[in-house]
Amino acid sequence: MRGKDTIVLRDLTKIFSLGLLGRKKIIAVDRVNLEIRSGEILNILGESGSGKSTIAKMILRLLRPTKGEILFNNTNIWSMTKWKEIKEYYRRVQGVFQDPYSSFNPRRRVLDILYDTLYNYFPEYREDKVSAKKYIAEALESVGLNISDIEGKYSHQLSGGQLQRASIARALLPKPSFIVADEPVSMVDASTRIDILNIFIDLKEEYGVSPIIIGHDYSLAYYASDRIVVLYKGQIVEEGPPEVLEDPAHPYTRLLKESVPLIDRKWSKKLEYRVGDIEVSRRGKGCIFADRCPFKKPICEQKEPPVINLGKSKVKCWLYASK
Amino acid sequence: METILELEDYKVYYKTLSGYVRAVDGVSFTVKKGEIVGLIGESGCGKSTLIMSLIIRKPPMIVMGGKARLKSIDLINISEVERRKILLTKMSIIPQYALDALPAIKRIKAFLGDIAKDKGVPEEEVIEKFIERARIIGLPSEVINMYPIELSGGMRQRVVITLATIFSPDLLIADEPTSALDVTTQRHVLELLAELRDTGIIGSLIFVTHDIASVRQIADKIIVMYAGKVVEIGETEDIVTDPKHPYTRKLIEAVPKLGINYKKKRLSGLPGSPPSLLTPPPGCRFHPRCPLAMTICKTREPPLKPLNESRLVACWLYDQSKGEHS
Ligand SMILES: Nc1ncnc2c1ncn2[C@@H]1O[C@H](COP(=O)(O)OP(=O)(O)OP(=O)(O)O)[C@@H](O)[C@H]1O
Ligand SMILES: Nc1ncnc2c1ncn2[C@@H]1O[C@H](COP(=O)(O)OP(=O)(O)OP(=O)(O)O)[C@@H](O)[C@H]1O
Ligand code: SF4
Ligand code: SF4
Ligand SMILES: [Mg+2]
Ligand SMILES: [Mg+2]
Repeated sequence: MRGKDTIVLRDLTKIFSLGLLGRKKIIAVDRVNLEIRSGEILNILGESGSGKSTIAKMILRLLRPTKGEILFNNTNIWSMTKWKEIKEYYRRVQGVFQDPYSSFNPRRRVLDILYDTLYNYFPEYREDKVSAKKYIAEALESVGLNISDIEGKYSHQLSGGQLQRASIARALLPKPSFIVADEPVSMVDASTRIDILNIFIDLKEEYGVSPIIIGHDYSLAYYASDRIVVLYKGQIVEEGPPEVLEDPAHPYTRLLKESVPLIDRKWSKKLEYRVGDIEVSRRGKGCIFADRCPFKKPICEQKEPPVINLGKSKVKCWLYASK
Repeated sequence: METILELEDYKVYYKTLSGYVRAVDGVSFTVKKGEIVGLIGESGCGKSTLIMSLIIRKPPMIVMGGKARLKSIDLINISEVERRKILLTKMSIIPQYALDALPAIKRIKAFLGDIAKDKGVPEEEVIEKFIERARIIGLPSEVINMYPIELSGGMRQRVVITLATIFSPDLLIADEPTSALDVTTQRHVLELLAELRDTGIIGSLIFVTHDIASVRQIADKIIVMYAGKVVEIGETEDIVTDPKHPYTRKLIEAVPKLGINYKKKRLSGLPGSPPSLLTPPPGCRFHPRCPLAMTICKTREPPLKPLNESRLVACWLYDQSKGEHS
């Protein structure tokens, strides 16, 4: 049933091996624990390389975790064996990606692609073209498009914003419970980003679809979320309601907040943080942010910080541990 | 104050099979010495065309008319030899996507060799200058022996900035210099650009972007473009706190401020899509999307006129003479 589904990430980990002998390892996602409930907008905020897309691909069952598991209504999605069960998972958990142009076959008309998707999940519509058209028209309407906007057109004949709307409509066709949107607004114009995010909000409010929005924009994450997860080098460093972004507890979230350019505020003092560009890929045993953190204590480099519950939010940092 | 760059009714079109794409269509503005000017507008409004046309024009790009002067140099009728001479020394441009454009398998040192050859100065001199500048910019001198592929995005952008400022140009134009960077690196790069101006390493800066919030951090003046035209020019503070043109207003409204969640307030973006520059709408190019459009807007183009001593707006709402003559 839509509205009751849950996705639980338990110690979710993805390690990529690089090099000829696979000796070099990249820990892209590092023991992520998260419960994703229906009826809320979850926003995963992180910078480039923090593991956002890797998490998205694992939730979409496109990539197998190295360790840990993803439970869908208490069933590990990789222990599903029957194709029917797997297909049902794919139907209920849909994806929307950053570049809408690469998610549509350029040689087929956009509308035809939508029909393909519909028939794939609900073959009965093949026999009832009138209902099929009505169904697609409704999906398009819920993202602010008319059939006539896309009729006869190939993807390159639509603007980025229009095509992103069409790809959300396509994700809606199978009547999913969750839509995992990996940077859905990074490639659309600043002036239309809000409208695309509003679609996800409406989907939750009016259609009971729960969006998992992944992005790197601080204010947009604040705007379009019920809960925020901040990711740094594959780990969740802070989690809570959107308000945590106004007064973050974790030093990394604070750095993000101070770096983001805001239209209504001019930067004043200089940043006290180090630029993180000379990558220290080697991971010590302590805190992953220790090499850049101005609040670092001796323990930070020796022992991994615990996740501290601050009531409304959780933070993974020694500053909040009571001795 | 001395004028560094002056454009007057400047037009740059693309010749295509279906006709002319009027990407830059009668643009006028000036950049004064020491100014940081932010050039903003939606994707496809002509920002990069405007910038690139100042250095290279190859088909299908055609300069259709107007004036473009860098100090006393006529940039439209300049010879190829002259143009190459002023590049890097008088004017430097960091093109959009320059980050990815650095050939990955060429050491930074090799780029310096190319520059030395091009400018006819000894390579050692260029290397020395690069190292000196790199120190100010916060790059370790070892980068000289590194390949772009080994550098992070933020470092590559700083290498590009260092290369572009070796000869202390009067004008640096940076096209979306931070768009591909992470926020935490973005801030460093923006502050660095401002610092280059503050310390006199560059004279003036034109910062091209679609991100009005980052322009706001460093620009003294903002130029807003819409569909090939300049619609508003003003001091940064004024534009941000009191935008006059309906497009500028929408643009600012569509940027979320921190502390606004959808449950508190629903924001809205700009309705509709930008017009085709092949067949732009008649009258005011913004009229199909403008919530305040009047009859006159559909037929007559509003001129860019001063509203007060520091603001220029192209909108019939502010033009007292509207409808007077034909
Ligand atoms: N197939 C792969 N093989 C090897 N390493 C990979 C692979 N996919 C991702 N990585 C590495 O894993 C880390 C996380 O990558 P991921 O794409 O999940 O980050 P992201 O947060 O989505 O970043 P971006 O904002 O750049 O999209 C990065 O260091 C990346 O280089
Ligand atoms: N070679 C070309 N031939 C025809 N039209 C072109 C060509 N290059 C650009 N255009 C068109 O000229 C217009 C202006 O493009 P330009 O790249 O200058 O925009 P921009 O403001 O820099 O956009 P962005 O923010 O996406 O970088 C666009 O409508 C674009 O489609
Ligand atoms: S654990 Fe220590 S190093 Fe890590 S973020 Fe907290 S204070 Fe900084
Ligand atoms: S001239 Fe008319 S259509 Fe154009 S911005 Fe002003 S009010 Fe709107
Ligand atoms: Mg990604
Ligand atoms: Mg451009």
